[in-house]
Amino acid sequence: RFLSPEFIPPRGRTDPLKFYIERKDMIQRRKAFNIPEFYVGHILAVTTANPYASEKASRFVGICIQRGGKGLGATFVLRNIIEDQGVEIRYELYNPRIQAIEVLKLEKRLDDNLMYLRDALPEYSTFDVNMKPVSHLDHEEIPVNKLQVRMKPKPWSKRWERPQYNIKGIKFELPEKKMKEAQKWSQPWVEFDMLREYDTSKIEEKIWKEVSEELKK
Amino acid sequence: SVTGACQAIQKLTRVRVVDNSALGNTPYHRPPKCIHVYNKNGIGKVGDKILLAIKGEKKKALIVGHKMPGPVMTPRFDSNNVVLIEDNGNPVGTRIKTPIPYILRRREGEFSKVLAIARNFV
Repeated sequence: RFLSPEFIPPRGRTDPLKFYIERKDMIQRRKAFNIPEFYVGHILAVTTANPYASEKASRFVGICIQRGGKGLGATFVLRNIIEDQGVEIRYELYNPRIQAIEVLKLEKRLDDNLMYLRDALPEYSTFDVNMKPVSHLDHEEIPVNKLQVRMKPKPWSKRWERPQYNIKGIKFELPEKKMKEAQKWSQPWVEFDMLREYDTSKIEEKIWKEVSEELKK
Repeated sequence: SVTGACQAIQKLTRVRVVDNSALGNTPYHRPPKCIHVYNKNGIGKVGDKILLAIKGEKKKALIVGHKMPGPVMTPRFDSNNVVLIEDNGNPVGTRIKTPIPYILRRREGEFSKVLAIARNFV
């Protein structure tokens, strides 16, 4: 029972008709081409049509570090390190150039956004290009990898120790003083702010029913 | 590097030379820096030619990857990569190990020799 996050409309005052039309297009594309269920932290292999590649198709293997966008413009970023060079590619889920998405390893991580892998040691982002798909038996559980990643020495691209990022998957080797100083920027009132609340449970159920009915046809 | 994330390549950006030429690989106390971008605006993206200052000499180079996110479906590298080039377009090195984006293939005419020595494509 998984609904892809790009189906859920963002909070705003746009006409729901726009989202309905987009959902129809997304479902049509899904019927033509299977987009598997995947989360941030999965290792995917994407083959895209490329006029400049040999055999017109290029394959890229990487870990999904971020899923963004809503509707037809939904994107995901795959990261891998090839020949000591970190490469990240942002793919659009509904782009007709994508020919196949295979999930090589199903594995959720502790966070929703793995952008800190850019500042982590390269061993945490290297994945074998010719990796065999790891078979996943049960349809219910997706294992959570509670890996604590070790980072390169500071400076980092973002101050990941700050509480706004809420990262649980890093092993901070910073002194206690720095960790306490980072907590100065915490905003504990934000989680109780009622104006920022966006309850998607009912919307999700409606959309889930709609989408699953359409896909069964 | 000492400064923070560097966007597309412009004057005074520190660059990483990626081929196996002698100029690019011998250590020097100053990193190779861009001094001019051959573009109408001073911003260099993938496939633009720039002038580098390496080891006290001026050398032209071709940008093969930068840290700035580009169009969707194109790769974004973790370092600003550059391949040393002569004035007529011949590469100085003989092999390029790091991956090169497929976008460069569009301008096969100008960069055919660089693409010939490249080994991996992304």
